[in-house]
Amino acid sequence: MAASGDSAALDFSAAAQAAVPSGAGSDLRQDLRLIAEMIDPGSRVLDIGCGDGALLAYLARHKSVDGRGIELSQSGVNACVGHGLPVIQGDADRDLEAYPAAAFDVVVLSQTLQATRRPRQVVEELVRIGRRAIVSFPNFGFWRIRLRLLLTGRMPVSHCLAYPWYETPNIHLCTIRDFVALCDEIGVRIDRSVTLDRHGQPYSLDPRGGLANLLAEQGIFVLGGSFAP
Amino acid sequence: MSILVAPDPRLRSDQSWPGSRLSFEEPLHLDCGIAFAPFTIAYQTYGKLNADRTNAILICHALTGDQYAADPHPITGKPGWWETMIGPDQVLDTERYFLICANVLGGCMGTTGPQDVNPTTGESWGLSFPVITIRDMVQAQQRLLDRLGIDSLFCVIGGSMGAMQVLEWAASYPERVFAAVPLAGAARHSAQNIAFHEVGRQAIMADPDWCGGRYSGFGRKPVRGLAVARMAAHITYLSEAALHRKFGRNLQDRRKVTYGFDADFQVESYLRHQGSTFVDRFDANSYLYITRAMDYFDLAAEHGGSLSHVFKGSRSRFCIISFTSDWLFPTSESREIVHALNAAAANVSFVEIATDNGHDAFLLHEPELFETLNGFLNGCAEHRGLSRHR
Repeated sequence: MAASGDSAALDFSAAAQAAVPSGAGSDLRQDLRLIAEMIDPGSRVLDIGCGDGALLAYLARHKSVDGRGIELSQSGVNACVGHGLPVIQGDADRDLEAYPAAAFDVVVLSQTLQATRRPRQVVEELVRIGRRAIVSFPNFGFWRIRLRLLLTGRMPVSHCLAYPWYETPNIHLCTIRDFVALCDEIGVRIDRSVTLDRHGQPYSLDPRGGLANLLAEQGIFVLGGSFAP
Repeated sequence: MSILVAPDPRLRSDQSWPGSRLSFEEPLHLDCGIAFAPFTIAYQTYGKLNADRTNAILICHALTGDQYAADPHPITGKPGWWETMIGPDQVLDTERYFLICANVLGGCMGTTGPQDVNPTTGESWGLSFPVITIRDMVQAQQRLLDRLGIDSLFCVIGGSMGAMQVLEWAASYPERVFAAVPLAGAARHSAQNIAFHEVGRQAIMADPDWCGGRYSGFGRKPVRGLAVARMAAHITYLSEAALHRKFGRNLQDRRKVTYGFDADFQVESYLRHQGSTFVDRFDANSYLYITRAMDYFDLAAEHGGSLSHVFKGSRSRFCIISFTSDWLFPTSESREIVHALNAAAANVSFVEIATDNGHDAFLLHEPELFETLNGFLNGCAEHRGLSRHR
């Protein structure tokens, strides 16, 4: 991590524990815990960018979910398959097309949208293959990020966005407002949204308001599926 | 020429190899339209079938493999081709699973093939043996399982041509396959692979000792052609990086090149050795027939043109594995299968394993391969309620 000394001030603590051992449940990342609460028991779930499978393992254990995963890193895929989770090596840009419409009750894309090559198409695919989609991402409009950029004139580096600009996988960062605007533009319905503060605690702020875009460190959005039977 | 080898008198049609064999009178209905009977299947088993008959794993061997997956080969004396994978506490745990590995139809290690005697003529089949397909091989295996009283397989696993059989099993008998593991495979044989096979077949048929396929009647054996076929094929099983790592441009037992056509380079010597040892254990006509079966394999075409239709409604659990340096059955082929399974909403895991061992990687001790298989099989065994015996 190429952060300078004061980077702790930009601690995306909720998303910081990227390497949670799968299956433990009790130490599930806070944003994943909130996502898990939004998923009904027994659902068919696709977790895109599932990492080491922490969410899938939790859902399988606590909610009898029929879960599938897609993960780019070989270490992540091996960890998942090694734990008996059905996960394929692939990515959101390339591997969603093959799924039929409404193939899953819920499609989860957590902390991954900003790393896709074509986020707009990815969102469209999410709502096509899922009856619902849950998307979480770091809010680049968070006041600490704005302040950091304003004061230092350098691209912000944090636990959540833990790479210098020249080697970050996060190539399509957006603000909460940007995301809401994208959903409006492509006609995707936002059924529910949760914004989280620095400690991963939910705010009850309207995602369309300026305050949420300033105070929330990350957003979780539940999108309605586009598939009409 | 050092690849010249005398015919091995042990490779005869009346040879009975160690292990089990069963004969079948009821004809197989082959894809070529022939009702084929009688036939024999030679097979090996490891471990014990449980009381519920739910722990059976069928191991499907590759083009030049055989049923001796974990036994010393009766001709070469070399360890079984999957010895590292099979045994107590190994990935294919003989304390937990009942493993079956059968020589394929058309093979030359005890299952009926072209070197056997045609009962109606009293002569070796030779080229009058019917052309068989991967589906025919699987149909024969299904007969074997019927006879063994195994309705449902816990798992079907195999690499390369073995993967083709796995996919055929999952497509033709989905209700009998709980888990399917095709390694380094494809849903159809590519043009490039057919081309390589054709080179091998032409090498065999260009050998004067091949005698139009009737060499056994003349007491001859096309060892030169078969050895060249093996040499060409062997290159496709490796990778440029692996060849470079193993041999580079190193010279064989000499300090400088000899300005001749002896095996100056280690890589030449290695290939000649591969060719000459292969002919001791393999029948040339079997090689023609089995390569043809692979060429004809096109799972989607068998099922109306769409690969996702093949797996529609399948409840089997799939674990697809490919290897980064495999250019014979590249990852793109496996990914196509994965996409078809996704489209069919099947339960699928897919891992591409980084290695420079090429296509042969599925036969070697690749730690990540073993780890992945272990995790997948353990997960499946849990769902199937399989425990260890002790």
